Amino acid sequence: MVGLGSEMVGGGGASVGLLENANPLIYQRSGERPVTAGEEDEEFPDSIDAREIFDLIRSINDPEHPLTLEELNVVEQVQVQVSKPENTVPVVFKPTILHCIHAHHSTLIGLSIRVKLLRSLPQHFKMDVHVTLGTVPWSMYISVGWCEPVNKQLVDKEWVAAALENTPVLEVVNQCLSSRSLAWLLTPSLHTGVLVPAPPRAHSLVFLNR
Amino acid sequence: MAAAAAAVEAAAPTGALWGLVHDFVMGQQDSPADQVAADVKSGSYTVLQVVEALGSSLENPEPRTRARGIQLLSQVLLQCHSLLLEKEVVHLILFYENRLKDHHLVIPSVLQGLRALSLCVALPPGLAVSVLKAIFQEVHVQSLPQVDRHTVYSIITNFMRTREEELKGLGADFTFGFIQVMDGEKDPRNLLVAFLIVHDLISRDYSLGPFVEELFEVTSCYFPIDFTPPPNDPHGIQREDLILSLRAVLASTPRFAEFLLPLLIEKVDSEILSAKLDSLQTLNACCAVYGQKELKDFLPSLWTSIRREVFQTASERVEAEGLAALHSLTACLSCSVLRADAEDLLDSFLSNILQDCRHHLCEPDMKLVWPSAKLLQAAAGASPRAYDHITSNVLLLLLEQFHKHSQSNQRRTILEMILGFLKLQQKWSYEDKDQRPLSGFKDQLCSLAFTALTDPNTQLQLMGIRILTVLGAQPDLLSSGDLELAVGHLYRLSFLEEDSQSWVAALEASGTLATLYPLAFSSHLVPKLAEELCIGESDLARGHESTKCSRHVHCLQALSAISTHPSIVKETLPLLLQHLWQMDKGNMVAGSSEVIAVCQSLQQVAEKCQQDPENCWYFHQTAIPCLLALAVQASMPENEPSVLRKVLLEDEVLAAMVSVIGTATTHLSPELAAQSVTSIVPLFLDGNISFLPENSFPSRFQPFQDGSLGQRRLIALLMAFVCSLPRNVEIPQLNQLMRELLEVSCSHICPFSSTAATKCFAGLLNKHPAGQQLDEFLQLAMDKVEAGLDSRPCRSQAFTLLLWITKALVLRYHPLSSCLTARLMGLLSDPELGPAAADGFSLLMSDCTDVLTRAGHAEVRIMFRQRFFTDNVPALVQGFHAAPRDVKPNYLKGLSHVLNRLPKPVLLPELPTLLSLLLEALSCSDCVVQLSTLSCLQPLLLEAPQVMSLHIDTLVTKFLNLSSSPSMAVRIAALQCMHALTRLPTPVLLPYKPQVIRALAKPLDDKKRLVRKEAVSARGEWFLLGSPGT
Repeated sequence: MVGLGSEMVGGGGASVGLLENANPLIYQRSGERPVTAGEEDEEFPDSIDAREIFDLIRSINDPEHPLTLEELNVVEQVQVQVSKPENTVPVVFKPTILHCIHAHHSTLIGLSIRVKLLRSLPQHFKMDVHVTLGTVPWSMYISVGWCEPVNKQLVDKEWVAAALENTPVLEVVNQCLSSRSLAWLLTPSLHTGVLVPAPPRAHSLVFLNR
Repeated sequence: MAAAAAAVEAAAPTGALWGLVHDFVMGQQDSPADQVAADVKSGSYTVLQVVEALGSSLENPEPRTRARGIQLLSQVLLQCHSLLLEKEVVHLILFYENRLKDHHLVIPSVLQGLRALSLCVALPPGLAVSVLKAIFQEVHVQSLPQVDRHTVYSIITNFMRTREEELKGLGADFTFGFIQVMDGEKDPRNLLVAFLIVHDLISRDYSLGPFVEELFEVTSCYFPIDFTPPPNDPHGIQREDLILSLRAVLASTPRFAEFLLPLLIEKVDSEILSAKLDSLQTLNACCAVYGQKELKDFLPSLWTSIRREVFQTASERVEAEGLAALHSLTACLSCSVLRADAEDLLDSFLSNILQDCRHHLCEPDMKLVWPSAKLLQAAAGASPRAYDHITSNVLLLLLEQFHKHSQSNQRRTILEMILGFLKLQQKWSYEDKDQRPLSGFKDQLCSLAFTALTDPNTQLQLMGIRILTVLGAQPDLLSSGDLELAVGHLYRLSFLEEDSQSWVAALEASGTLATLYPLAFSSHLVPKLAEELCIGESDLARGHESTKCSRHVHCLQALSAISTHPSIVKETLPLLLQHLWQMDKGNMVAGSSEVIAVCQSLQQVAEKCQQDPENCWYFHQTAIPCLLALAVQASMPENEPSVLRKVLLEDEVLAAMVSVIGTATTHLSPELAAQSVTSIVPLFLDGNISFLPENSFPSRFQPFQDGSLGQRRLIALLMAFVCSLPRNVEIPQLNQLMRELLEVSCSHICPFSSTAATKCFAGLLNKHPAGQQLDEFLQLAMDKVEAGLDSRPCRSQAFTLLLWITKALVLRYHPLSSCLTARLMGLLSDPELGPAAADGFSLLMSDCTDVLTRAGHAEVRIMFRQRFFTDNVPALVQGFHAAPRDVKPNYLKGLSHVLNRLPKPVLLPELPTLLSLLLEALSCSDCVVQLSTLSCLQPLLLEAPQVMSLHIDTLVTKFLNLSSSPSMAVRIAALQCMHALTRLPTPVLLPYKPQVIRALAKPLDDKKRLVRKEAVSARGEWFLLGSPGT
């Protein structure tokens, strides 16, 4: 029932080869939320709002790029809400980068967002993380039902639990969530971009061995 | 020979020598060697006699015995080579050269001997060459052990130092011989020496002949250096040492270029980060000696490699090194001397860069925009010629792009790039105005800056301000019309909201530009601000409320911001002072906040005047009498005091005036300060008001006599002045002044004035030179303190006096300070003063702003906190253990204050002894103690995880407890400590992981956002502990 083949892990964790989309569109980071006088007042309670939720997920690293979800515009603050009485947190993300077309990549992003919220929100909050195509430029290449299997997995609690039992998946998720992610530093793909033919080395010392 | 031997035998006690030699050679004892050497040195026998004594053992058929004999001789020579005569040296060299052909067991001792002889001053010409030839011919160096190889390198080094000309006579044979010697060397110790020799070969211009490539090969085979020193390496050779000495060799000559550049290009492409960095740094170093000729064939590949690294790297260091290398390459190409007919490589190289980067500048949203801009800027910053070439191309493009893109963030990126290019211009000064590459774009750049300044987007405004500042910094670039416009914009921006970034930036830019164009500012801005102040005055007079009020504050701040040039100060200072008088005249309903705002402005102006002595004196002379006159006027007893009068005597207003007076005094020259002190001290002691403007007061000014309470409060102003004076300024009537201050300090009628008097007394005490007078003052003060502590009404004043005197003495390491500190510590268990005493430790350890400051010339020893810590913490700890339960928190609090202020490196070694106390302090119910203990423990968790691991159980429990403290600051600090705990070794933490993760779920729901933020990051880190992928 847990559809996590080797394909998913191979694609997300240690992809070899050229970076797809080496010059992606970069969005500005929103910066630290300024601290208000109300926030410093001991008595005044400040409730969890959309910006706070967005702050939780905006610095998650993309599984393949050395960039955050915010910089890649995968998540946007307007796509994050908090519905008050029932404390649900709907979060929508978009596959804005080309490699998101691989469903496993979007699944990994969704999973990372979900796990981050699970670890960071009080228990009485319910989250609803799903992917939408929206206006991404390549939506025309993707079939209409593309999002469904991904979203189905993301709402399935048992699937999420089982996915996190899978060590390689957990590994990628943890890398996406760690504050100083070195994950992408270790993947060789970054250093083999354009290959320059190495000039021939000078010859060895022949006559010194006489 | 026999006759000579007989003669010598008759003269010297050679029997002993024979015995020693025998013991060494046959008896295999090592100690006789030193004895023999010592005897030779003292003249008991000659080297010749030693040789004779060795006699047969040097020719013994058994190689071990021969080796032993030669070893003794070599050891003696090593110590006595300076005594040798030329004739002896010749014989010894011949002997040793001959022995090089001997059995391999003998060789190490022979080499030692040659090393000794290579140090010989008496070595006749020609022998050095002969020794080296013999070594090159007879010895296969790389099959010797490390020590002996090192000896060979030492022989070569010694000869190169003293016989350079002779060795050069060998021509390329010497280079060739050395190549053979070092080929295959593997020991890092030897390599360091060998690299040094190669470097000398090249830099001292030895003939390399046809062996350039071989010399390169034999050294470059170590590049990039891959060496990790073994743990506990006694030789202390670091990877960096090898890298630097190899780099010095490789980058020492252009002759290596054709071999080195391909190697560097290959290694930049390496997977290993350090290899990339090393290659780029080496390339950078090479550019210092290369010219166009060497680089010519490799430029395209070098550019490709650098571009690739900067475009694709994830490491900032690689990017920085790549940019640095490009910078040096361009600089190198720029300064090479060209033959008239040669093609200029700089132009084609820069065109290449432009071609590859230009189009990325047109996509301000894309990732490569910044790497491209940085590459272009690195190249443009290399030389004026490169700057011309690149900016003439890029600036136009960017200006065009700015108008093409309409989104604010895109425009911001473009402006930031333009700014980067403009800033580079400041590196060079152009003699000819028309030569400057920017003058062609001046109008476009100005209108660009003005467009940005008028944009509603703050980021764009900021960029506009910065561009304007950079343009203004170019001498003679802006016309007077441009300046007038610029000043107009800055005037508008300085009335933006106070917390906006643009407002701050606009004020800063005004200050910078005002120093350059004082005339433009005094003719276009000062009159407008003056007018604005007048409107403000009349508005205030009519009682208009806050809207105008904030405009008024902005105006004051703008006035102080532009007071960066003496000629502007001469206009702004009178304006500000006049404004204060206007308030005083009762024309306005001024609250304390308005007066404080004026004082703050004055203080900022004073700060800006500090650097220029003349300006500083102008400010002092103008502002201080005026402020004092206002204050004295206000302190006069009156039937119906005006509102402002009362306002001027409020604590905050006086504090603001204190800081103006202090700032205006600290930088005075001693002569001028002495002039000022002769009028201000008599004002306070004798009521001499003659130097004040508008000094017709209704009654006398007698702050120390029984004058009104208001007059007494002005002692704070006296304190600001006398405590900021340079140390060597003599204060008139000092004795009387000190006694008066002491009197007021213990009076309990007005706490403000008694504290001011106390601080003033302490400030003077601190600066007073040691001697009888100081001892007298101290005695007086201590009597006062002791008397005060005994009598109920002024105990608290006496305590304050004690505290400040202690501080004054602690700062200057006065011998009495330990005694006073002990007195203070005794008060910790005083039921009434205990808590105050505990807080007093905070005062002792912190820096004051008004008195006892370094800026105010107080005597403050650099290490006083460390010293206080070492002297007093043991006593505090002891006091804690001995104290009754109810006063224990006072000790903890005192200790917390001391620890909190201590530099962490000093604290770390003391940790083991204090840790148990700190852990106990975590259970203390006092918030201050908790907070300071947590802030003490947090860095310790990061820096000394091993020690802290031992207490993991207590730490986890206490931190979790405190994370639900009623105080928000404590909750935050406790969660930060929980976060820091994750730095401890993971195996120690893992048993606690489930418990901690459960417990940290609670602060996730804290009512305060700042607490939740810390909880989220702490909990996130705990989740990652021991989890895969981290």
